[in-house]
Amino acid sequence: MAEVTLTIDGQQVKVPKGTTILQAARQVGREIPTLCYLEGINAIGSCRVCLVEVQGAKTLMPACVTEVAEGMTVLTNSPAARRARQLNLELILSDHPDECTTCPRNQSCELQALAEKMNIREVRFRGPRPNYALDASSPSIVRDPNKCILCRRCVAVCEQVQGVGAVVPLERGYRTTIGPAFHEPLLEAACVLCGQCVVACPVGALYERDYTEEVWAALADPNRHVVVQTAPAVRVAIGEEFGLPPGAVTTGKLVAALRRLGFDRVFDTNFTADLTIIEEGSELLHRLQNGGPLPMFTSCSPGWIKYMEHFYPELIEHISTCKSPQQMFGALAKTYYPQQAGIDPAAVTVVSIMPCTAKKYEAQRPEMNSSGFQDVDYVLTTRELARMIKTAGLDFASLPEEEYDDPLGISTGAGAIFGTTGGVMEAAVRTVYEIVTKNELPGLDLLPVRGLEGVKEATVTIGDTTLKVAVAHGLANARKVVERVLNKEADYHFIEIMCCPGGCIGGGGQPITRLDDAKQKRMEGIYQVDRDLPIRKSHENPAVQKLYEDFLKEPLGHKSHELLHTTYKVRSRFGSVMEHV
Amino acid sequence: MSKSVGLQEEVWPELERIIQEHRGDRSALIQVLHRCQELVGYLPREVQVKIAEGLEVSLGEVYGVVSFYSLFSTKPRGKYRISVCKGTACYVRGSMEVLERLEKELGIKAGDSTDDGLFSLEVVRCLGACGLSPVMTINDNTYGLVKPDAIPQILRAYRAAGVA
Repeated sequence: MAEVTLTIDGQQVKVPKGTTILQAARQVGREIPTLCYLEGINAIGSCRVCLVEVQGAKTLMPACVTEVAEGMTVLTNSPAARRARQLNLELILSDHPDECTTCPRNQSCELQALAEKMNIREVRFRGPRPNYALDASSPSIVRDPNKCILCRRCVAVCEQVQGVGAVVPLERGYRTTIGPAFHEPLLEAACVLCGQCVVACPVGALYERDYTEEVWAALADPNRHVVVQTAPAVRVAIGEEFGLPPGAVTTGKLVAALRRLGFDRVFDTNFTADLTIIEEGSELLHRLQNGGPLPMFTSCSPGWIKYMEHFYPELIEHISTCKSPQQMFGALAKTYYPQQAGIDPAAVTVVSIMPCTAKKYEAQRPEMNSSGFQDVDYVLTTRELARMIKTAGLDFASLPEEEYDDPLGISTGAGAIFGTTGGVMEAAVRTVYEIVTKNELPGLDLLPVRGLEGVKEATVTIGDTTLKVAVAHGLANARKVVERVLNKEADYHFIEIMCCPGGCIGGGGQPITRLDDAKQKRMEGIYQVDRDLPIRKSHENPAVQKLYEDFLKEPLGHKSHELLHTTYKVRSRFGSVMEHV
Repeated sequence: MSKSVGLQEEVWPELERIIQEHRGDRSALIQVLHRCQELVGYLPREVQVKIAEGLEVSLGEVYGVVSFYSLFSTKPRGKYRISVCKGTACYVRGSMEVLERLEKELGIKAGDSTDDGLFSLEVVRCLGACGLSPVMTINDNTYGLVKPDAIPQILRAYRAAGVA
């Protein structure tokens, strides 16, 4: 590739043609401030805080969208550039609410950090403060247009990474806001509530609906028996909130923290991930033996489920009827568990710790009441749990390693890998292979479905059957696979879809990070959990085996259908008002 | 989806035809919006949904464009469309008083229509007749050097014609 030589702050640098000034400056150790820029997703040069001086240019140039040119001389820290950036930042701050101390993004806000970095000590302009209503229509995400700086990062993620387009710029000029078409509440739009907009937002304009107060109240109530489940992806990410690197495996500390917060039992969603494999694997075999419908899609990811309901309702019968592990857990925690423990199911409160905002919505779906109660009472994101741990004054990093409680805390490596893209597929293959062939699977790692590539494929020979599988993560990637299925260009049997890029490790409820390799590291953490567990196949989980013996009797049996399977709803891609028209 | 929500049945075939010409072509969005508004008079939700469906874009993208340009309207406009100029010259020479008087006489705010469907009121930027400022137009008629006190009389004439 052609190279370009230029000078940045007196240092000569050679970079490939097409490189932006922002990227080139990094090579000489200069970090130009940015705000609307999001690597690989949003580069529109709208916030103007990355302005630099280019010798010979008539105006200052935005570094994030200006390509380098041969012989260019760039000054990233000239008085003119610095003044312009400060001025633009002051203008952005001129109508921004002064609510840092009570903002959910306090200390994780990029605008706040930038104001500090650029030494803003005074905002010379006072614009009228906007006064829009909060949109707390959904149980998942809150929109606060008053704090929005119109950077459009959420818009870009929603459109490009997820292919949903639920939030867009509305109106213009001072009246511009970002939100769903017709200014409708998020809950009424064709939004999947995945929360990728939340993790893209630099400020506090989009954040998770907080249920920590409800959980504190349940914990303080002596009449409630409060049990908690932790999703697989939480244990490799929560450490980031306490200064540990992404991917650090903190399972034992997580359990210890939850116990110290006062949960009566600390259980694991990985247990019901194993159970999901038994039910979903049996369902796949049933479909293979009884003529379909195939391909079968996985059903663990509530964002994917809502997406399919809005955008591809014609595929509903292709989705596994299995509830997600979170909901299987909820249904058992209010039936099987109290029966075993000899407690009143009405006294049980179920809390989930999830890397996900869509899980909050899933828990409140009307279908999720098969125990006779709302199966899962409260869903906290990884971030909310981290806040509770901080509030309680626990020093997370120095907590001892503790074990989950029996019986819903026992799990295998197969359950663990649900937390990353490809994991459900790999776990399913480990079990389906052994059920069908009655032989031990030679080598457990299904490498073709691992990694961060958007769409992955594999062919697995099971006895005399050749199973064709596909894995996609991020809904724009999912859509590619779905379109190929609809156009009969693919003959897969089984397809795993995870709504968020990377799978749950990259979920909308995870710690917010701008580290490039965070997803990769969290994924490595997940596979480490798998490697380190003594049992790595779901059907070998002794607690799951006992559950079938004592309670469920058989996969896809009567009790399973009642508690562990569900139905889906036809929705409109144009929002709920178009559903009954 | 029922097609007749608040719209006359007979516009749908033509609407379908316009959209069909640009099926799957997101770059034709503004052009399609123009033609559909010409046909229907405004762009209600069901028309925007049809356009989103046909051009294969999200409803948000359609509504984002509709709400950006003041030329596009999501509400039915009156039989008589009153446009008051708020360009610099008209503004300086009192168009705000003209607008306020119109709002008072009609009982609506700029951007709205009267319940009887007779009048709609909107603000525009420069009609190119600054020498006659303040200026307003009612459909194709232009009124220059408008005094607020002349408003009731002007409206009376349209009311009489509109009811007849």
